[in-house]
Amino acid sequence: MIRALVLLIAAIGTAGATGPAPPDFTLNTSCPPGFEKTQAGVCELRTLYQFYDSLENRGLGGTRTALPPHRDGFTPRQIDLGRYLFFDPVLSGDGTLACASCHDPARGLSDGRPRSLGIHGEDAGRAAPTLWNVAFLKRFFWDARAHSLEAQASGPLYSPREMGNTPTRLLASLNGNATYRRLFQEAFPSHRGPIAEQEIFTALAAFQTSLVSLNSRYDRYVHGYDAALSEREIEGLNVFRSFVARCSECHTPPLFTNEQIAVIGMPEPKGHAFDVGAEAILHSPKLKGAFKVPTLRNITRTAPYSHSGAFADLRSVVDFYNKGRGNAVPKDMHLYLHWHISDPKLTDTEVDRIVDFLGALTDETFLPQTPARVPSGLAPAKRGE
Amino acid sequence: MKKGLIIGLLVAAVAFGAGTYFGRSGKQEMTISSSTQGASYAGGFKAEGVAVKPGDAIRSVAGPAPTNVVVVKDGESIQAAIKAAPKGTIVRVMPGTYHETVYVDKDDIRIIGVIEAGRRAVLDGEKKLNDAILYSGNNFVAENLEIRNYKGNGIMGQAGNNFEIRNNVIVDSGVYGIFPQLGQNGIVEHNVVSKIADAAIYIGMSDNILVAHNDVFDSVAGIEIENSRHAIVEHNYVHNNTGGLLAFVTPGLPIKDTVDVIFRNNFVVGNNHPNFGAPGSTVSGIPAGTGILVMAADDVVIEGNIISDNKVSGIIITDHANAQNITADPESEPNSDRVKILDNVMLRNGYDTITEAKALMLAEGKVGAKNLDIVRVGPSPGSCIINRHQYVTVGVSDFTECDFTNTAATVNYLLPPVPPREIKPGERGKVVYLGICTGCHTYNGRMIGPPVQVIQALYLDNPQGLADYIAKPAKKRDDYPEMPPQDYLDPQTRLAVAQYMLQVTN
Repeated sequence: MIRALVLLIAAIGTAGATGPAPPDFTLNTSCPPGFEKTQAGVCELRTLYQFYDSLENRGLGGTRTALPPHRDGFTPRQIDLGRYLFFDPVLSGDGTLACASCHDPARGLSDGRPRSLGIHGEDAGRAAPTLWNVAFLKRFFWDARAHSLEAQASGPLYSPREMGNTPTRLLASLNGNATYRRLFQEAFPSHRGPIAEQEIFTALAAFQTSLVSLNSRYDRYVHGYDAALSEREIEGLNVFRSFVARCSECHTPPLFTNEQIAVIGMPEPKGHAFDVGAEAILHSPKLKGAFKVPTLRNITRTAPYSHSGAFADLRSVVDFYNKGRGNAVPKDMHLYLHWHISDPKLTDTEVDRIVDFLGALTDETFLPQTPARVPSGLAPAKRGE
Repeated sequence: MKKGLIIGLLVAAVAFGAGTYFGRSGKQEMTISSSTQGASYAGGFKAEGVAVKPGDAIRSVAGPAPTNVVVVKDGESIQAAIKAAPKGTIVRVMPGTYHETVYVDKDDIRIIGVIEAGRRAVLDGEKKLNDAILYSGNNFVAENLEIRNYKGNGIMGQAGNNFEIRNNVIVDSGVYGIFPQLGQNGIVEHNVVSKIADAAIYIGMSDNILVAHNDVFDSVAGIEIENSRHAIVEHNYVHNNTGGLLAFVTPGLPIKDTVDVIFRNNFVVGNNHPNFGAPGSTVSGIPAGTGILVMAADDVVIEGNIISDNKVSGIIITDHANAQNITADPESEPNSDRVKILDNVMLRNGYDTITEAKALMLAEGKVGAKNLDIVRVGPSPGSCIINRHQYVTVGVSDFTECDFTNTAATVNYLLPPVPPREIKPGERGKVVYLGICTGCHTYNGRMIGPPVQVIQALYLDNPQGLADYIAKPAKKRDDYPEMPPQDYLDPQTRLAVAQYMLQVTN
């Protein structure tokens, strides 16, 4: 039903191109919120965290700790072109899915599903990670197999279980669109010839680096405003960073991830096969079931949780850790669980306080605007429940 | 699990044995060096700028003591005092018993216990509370306290720099007694720490550290330097732990190496305590009876220690491959490179060693040896030793002769207090404007709030007025939502951001 509607709109869009004048798309010449446009005309991120330092410049530590090195320096036009691409279903094999279908601004830049659905409605196998603060990350995908946003982009685009496109078809559809040809020329003025794959990846990366969330109530507390957190949230912070719970050992501030891959031993949802995670990438049996530590920023916005959506809510996740080391490891399977996975024996109240604290990590003030129209003429994608 | 750490020894033994059997016939020639003569260690950390002379050795890193002093008496709350204190405060804690978790998220806070006729300020977690002290501020000092019965840590730091933790007594307080993590430039000295389920003193992912004059005992690990660089551990009394001194690279942590550690002039005595580490913890694999354990750490210098009565071995040098109970980390280099063993007094070690070590000795033809001072398994490239003939050793025959005999030229690796970065108000104003205000305001377009141009027209010559408004906004326009108060910014910052906002041009 939904698919039929999308196709109908798509048809109208295509038909419209021959009828009334196509909408006039222009690219923004201002930087997104949070960025300063430099003399060179590129956008650089500004945040209060830049006034702090961090050990070895790794961007890990406590409250007033600097962020790790990040990606920025794209032009406003590249960022805005990336935004159009991000919301345009023309990027998928059959024109039904955009990046934003699974990284939906209305759902914490994720999709609210245990595991994402591909173009034919198939189970994509893992959950869509949030895109908040990806500018700071060095590894992408749950199994950490890509090392840049550009390298990551080809994964979902060309996976038959996700967007189901091919490089040839992607380039043909964009180069066949006069608006995109003009917009790419504006965003990459020194480029000659047809739109190239690398420019598509660059524009998508540029847009994603603008998805910054560093203005939560927790951040206000960090920058010196004690009253930004309630008593309960401060209690939760203290349990979170205590060495009994050890949450912050891996979900380390200021990003609330240390970007390591770790074997946690989380359960799979019922009927879902065990996922070996990074073992398949790094060919190390000791990393069977290892996944990248996800950020906890905006975590209340991205239920359900875990690489395969095994947990419906945050309390269930914290409960899982509290049930002790290895409580969900399949029988007859040996996993090399991370040594921080312990047996914390937190009280129910302490578990509640951690959940309270996690609610203080929400900030979506820099949420990107969904374009009203996209250059393909297709409906800017939403899965539209 | 308990003896997983060096279980791979048996395999290694065959390889060593073969090399020994074919490669050596008689006794190795003795090379005798004197540690009071000869060259001094020239490696290690060098602070930028002028070299420190021994007389100028830094023993304080937290900067000048604040002048603001508050006093907490028995029955009052230390945390309440810290919460009320401005940064730059000495919190004096009078003798008494305090049941609380104290957290410090601001700079220049010193918690100083007052000891009266032997009576201390006691923080007692009653086995209910997690940590006694958590700090993330810089220039943190904790002195003269007694900490008991916590479940997590005694004192834990998270990215605080320039810290001093001294003269504290910490007993039976969870996983770590003293645990600075992700910090730079710190001193841990004159503490008495015991009955800790992991490391009594644990330096984790930190740089430029001095651990000195501590008495640590009855714990699983005495002093552990882990994923850290430029640490000196000296003049400590480390006894009756499962393992005494540890230099580790633990896999799965975001900082991947341990480099440049000096263990010198410590007493490492009778570390034979049964291992009571939590299942799955790294230290649960340490064999009870280990004096000094080096695992995957590089450039560890061992000098001038009295190492005696550790039943498995005085020194064990190993790598990740021989440690079966730990996870893999493709980004960590797994070997203990460039270990340097200088003169140490080694007595009665290895008198009841593990089967695997016995097999190794047998393979090296050391039949009938009653003791074992040094055992090395796994690769340890670039390592050296002096006066090797004085020790009973296994696996060190390929160590070269060190080209130095002492570390006298290295005083410590501390830095002058790192001064707070000076932030000009204009710079702060710009960053706050871009980092916060632009979420709702653009220069000339409608967003959540009105355009900046409109605000400029209203407040052109009145930045203070704008600064006051953002602290306590009132609803002004029907067609815009009410602005949330920005009172979490201090008045100076509010004025700076107002001034910046009134002059932006795009």
